[in-house]
Formats: sequence, C-alpha cells, structure tokens
Amino acid sequence: MAQARTERKLTSTTTAPRRAGGGRQLSDNRIVLLFILPTMLLLIVMNIFPLIYSLYLSFTNYSVISTDAPVWVGVENYTRILSDPDFWHNFAVTGRYTLLSVGLQTVVGFSLAMLLRTKFTGSGILTTIILIPMMLSPIVVAVFWKLIFNPSYGIFNYLIGFTNINTAPEWLGEPQLALWAIVIVDVWMWSPFVMLLCLAGLSAIPEYLYEAAAIDRASGWFQFRRITLPQVMPLLLIAILFRTIEAFKQFDLVQGLTFGGPGDVTETVSVQLYRLAFQGQFNTGESSALAYIVLVVIIAISNIFILALNRVRES
Amino acid sequence: MTAVPSNPNAVPTPGAPNVNVNFSTRVDKVSRGARWTRNVRAVIIIIIALIMLIPTVWMAMTAFKSRPDAVAVPPKVFFEPSLEGFVSLLTNRRQLTATEIAEYQARTDLAWADQIALVRGQTIIGPSDFPRQLLNSLIIAGVSTIFSVGFGVLAAYAFSRFPVPGKDDLLFFILSQRMLPPVVVTIPIFLMYRQVGLYDTHFGMILLYTAFNLSFSVWLLKGFIDEIPREYEEAAMVDGYTRLQAFRKIVLPQATTGIAATTVFTLIFSWNEYAFALMLTSDVARTAPPSIPLVLGTGGIEWAAIAAGSLAFLIPVVIVTFLLRKHLLRGVTFGAIRKG
Repeated sequence: MAQARTERKLTSTTTAPRRAGGGRQLSDNRIVLLFILPTMLLLIVMNIFPLIYSLYLSFTNYSVISTDAPVWVGVENYTRILSDPDFWHNFAVTGRYTLLSVGLQTVVGFSLAMLLRTKFTGSGILTTIILIPMMLSPIVVAVFWKLIFNPSYGIFNYLIGFTNINTAPEWLGEPQLALWAIVIVDVWMWSPFVMLLCLAGLSAIPEYLYEAAAIDRASGWFQFRRITLPQVMPLLLIAILFRTIEAFKQFDLVQGLTFGGPGDVTETVSVQLYRLAFQGQFNTGESSALAYIVLVVIIAISNIFILALNRVRES
Repeated sequence: MTAVPSNPNAVPTPGAPNVNVNFSTRVDKVSRGARWTRNVRAVIIIIIALIMLIPTVWMAMTAFKSRPDAVAVPPKVFFEPSLEGFVSLLTNRRQLTATEIAEYQARTDLAWADQIALVRGQTIIGPSDFPRQLLNSLIIAGVSTIFSVGFGVLAAYAFSRFPVPGKDDLLFFILSQRMLPPVVVTIPIFLMYRQVGLYDTHFGMILLYTAFNLSFSVWLLKGFIDEIPREYEEAAMVDGYTRLQAFRKIVLPQATTGIAATTVFTLIFSWNEYAFALMLTSDVARTAPPSIPLVLGTGGIEWAAIAAGSLAFLIPVVIVTFLLRKHLLRGVTFGAIRKG
C-alpha cells in the first residue's frame, strides 16, 4: 500500500540513513502493514462481514429457530416495521428517554462542575467519589436500584419523604413513573461524566478573561454568560453527544429495571430489537431490518459527534 | 481563588496578554466573602457526594444483612451484620427436615458457613454457579484485554507515525462500531457463532470482546503515542536502532502509563459488559453480569445474595476508579480530550 507516501514521509522527516540491503531488517511499509493487519483482520471478521450478512438477512424472512433456508422477501421487513405503530411508539419512548436523561445530566453535571471548579482541601477525593457511579456495571446498578425503588422495603421512597407504604409511589410499576425511574438512575450514573468534561473545560478558561471582566465591572451573570458558557461549550457539546448516543442505545438499565414494562411504556428500541431477535418468534430477518434502521439513525448522530469533535480539535 | 497563572493549556486569545503574566496580586487578598462562599460550596459538595454514595452504600449494607433484615419494612439502617447473603450467593443449599435440623444443631463440627445455612434450616450441598461465572468474567476480560491492548498498541503506533492511506476513514470506522447498540452487532454474530460452534464458548467471547475493545484501545493509545516526540525514535534510529528496536526500546517504555490506563479501562469494559454476554452465552461461558439479576433463592428474591454478588463484582471497579482518577477524562472520551 502507500509505498510512495510512506517513502516521502520517511525521507522528509527522518535523518536516519536507510541501511543498504539491511538483511533481516523490515521496511517501514512492512511494519505498518504488520502492525495494522491484526486490527484490520479482526474488524473484517467481526464487524464488516457480520454487517453485510445482516444486511442480506434484513431482506429475508429468516428465523434462527426454523430449519427453513432464508427466503428473499425484498423490502417487506422494512415496510412492515415502518408502518407498525409499535415501532414508532418505541422510537418515541427512546426519544423521550434520551431527551429527559441527557437534559437532566447536562444541568446536573454542569452545576456540579461549577461547584467543584475552585479547588479546596479534599475536593479531589470528593470528585472521584462522585465519579464512581459511571464506572459501575449498568446491569448491576439496575439490579440494586430495583431494590432501592421497591415500594415496601426500598429506601428511595423513604428518602424523598413517602414513609407510608400504602400511599408511596411504585416507581417501577406505574406507567407514568417507570420511565422517570430509569431516567433517575441514568442521571445518577452519568451526570458525573458531564461534570468531568465540564471541569476540564472550566479549568482551561484563562484567568485573564475574568480579570478583564472584573476591571470592566461586569456582573457575575454577565461573566457567566459571556465567558464561562462559551468557553465550556465545546466540551459540554461533546459530553451531550456522547450521552445522546449512549442513551439512544440504552439496553442494560431497561432490562435490569423494567424489562420494558409496565406494558410497553419503557420499551426502548434496543429492548424491542432484543425481543424481536432473541425472544418469542426469533424474527431474525425482521430484527435485522430494524437493526439497520437503528444503524442509520446512530450513524447520523455519530456524524454530528465527529463534526463537533473536529471543530473542538481545530480550535 | 489561588492565583494560578493562566493554565498552560489555555487557548491564547488574540490580543490577550502573554500567558505567562503573573497575577500574583490576588494571593493574599482572598476576601472574607470569598472564603465564606468557598466553605458553603465545600459543604454543598460534601452533601451531594454523600447523597450520590447512598445507593452504593445501601447495596454494600444489604450484602451484610440477614434475609429478614434485607426486606424489613421500614428499611433497617442499623442491623446485625450477617454473612448469610454471601453464603447464599456462593452455595447451593437443601432444605432440612425437622429431625435433621435437630440432628445438625446437636453437631459441633459444623463449619461457619454451614452454621449460617442452618439458621434458615438448610444445609450446603455444593458450590453455586457464581464463583465459576466470576472466574469466566475474569478469564474473558483478562485475555481479551491482553489481545486488544496488544493489537491496539501496534495499530496505534502505525496510525500515529505513518501516513496510512484512508487513515481518517479507517479510524472513524474503528470508532463507529463502538456506537452501535450491542443487539445490532449481536444478531449476525450469533448466527455466525452458531455456524462455527463458537456460541457459549470462552474463545468466542474473547474474540468478540477483543474486537469490540480494539476500537477503544486504538483510539486511546494513539492519543498517548502522539504525545511521545518522534525525535526520540529518530535519534535512536540515527544511533543504529532499527524501526522495530526503536519501537520496542523507546516508544513502548515511554507509553507505559498510557498502556496501563488503556489496559485498566479495557478490563473494566469487558468486566462490566452485559448485553453480548446475555445473548451469546448460556452456561459454559456465562459471565457474572447476566447472572447477578438471576441469583434467586428458594422462595422469592434473595436480596442479600444479590447485593453480595453485586458488591463482589463492584469492589474491584471502585478501587480501580481511584487508581485511574488522573486518566478518567481521557478514558471516557476515547482519548478525544486529553487534559483538564
């Protein structure tokens, strides 16, 4: 590959003379190839091939549990999914969930960062303590929050003031509350992530901007709006986009907390996809089609992410 | 508050004073008002940190509760610690008959675990699946980490130092698979694995986690290697090192911190992973995450046992979080953001 380009690079950046006929010595081109090969092979086998395979399956009526060979059905799977109200319901649930949890995480995370901005004795340790939830396994988190949300022996209701178990809300069982319960757990887990990125942004703001503002007798609010917010914005944006993608594909928390219930009020696209592919009828063909629709949406979101990332890198 | 001269990483603004200007005038002039706000802030932060700790601490407490205490109404904050949860988690037990109970109670040679089981009228008949699942988690996470960091460091070096054709697209592609919902990736992999007999095998899971984490390790490591000046290797190569020797003796030692941080992050990812394990394993290679929600006892959910399992599972992660705190930012953003 890239023989010419590598060569040019080599002669322009290195001063090392190339040893003539250097026996067992590998050329740089070979090294590049050798170093990248394992990664590329794994990606082809574990990513590109499966994606092509599932693209094919999405046009068939194949089911994992049937012995029949896949039969080509054209775009039938896609039209069925897109005309199915359940699909739109699940997309709406996912959208609402993403909006709520990312919105709250942004507010909570940014506020935490503002509070932790100036260092004090012990602030480092406190920051790490606040960061713990995001490192934990989501499914384990979901399991112990299930205990915490329990209407009779969970502590959540007690902590927020419902001490009478007969009138206390059943967070995971009531249709109006179940999605909020998942949002609460997600906010608990991931606000620290937003906080971490905002802290990075805040600490990079040059002090002289505030000095200048102070000389001009600018109000605190003005300083916040005109200095702090614009300076943190790039990193905050990255945090939001990371969280949006993650929230969009939310699976573990929903599985652990509600299994999509009660009814289907918390059934996100990922959970629906799992059910379609691995439970009941094992509709492999149809679920592959749904997977591809999700894929397109995620690629759209992640393109925004890459654009924002590049913009931050440039500045 | 303290008069740190402008952060060295700060982006210089056009027309701004030189970065090295020293604003030392503010050092000793922290007003009483400012000190007061700082104390208020500290108190608020401490309260928030404590509130955020409640769920984790509650889980840890539940792990040491007896079965009735775990589901007491109202919830018990003070309780007599018991290892019942751990015993239920790690063993399979059999219910004893009334006469057997009397017989067992008369015995004096019972081990502590047996005594705890006896409180509930049970006897231990063997280890549960959980230790094996924990071991599976360890093997799969460990081996896949070695491979993904190993391959990752090679690819990262190549991407960092050489103009690989289509580099940006490749790097983006490598990253993009990380953004897909696991279920999307799993459907074809499930079929593939079933064909070649990798379903529910350690090797299958290791292969999948290696591929999955490779994207992360390539990105993170590339960031770390980018920071090592090229001049080091070039100087070494002038001194007669080959490219490979320079890589091994100059770049790798310089990248140790980065490699260590990447290793730990990769370990945590595989250790915590749930969706792939749920869909691609059933018994032989089943890891702990899909099993913890299913720790069921005789009659109802054994919260103490579930909490004990969660605790055993989370403790390593909490410890590692403290060790990694300097690199957390980098790790959770794929190396996109390097310094705070």
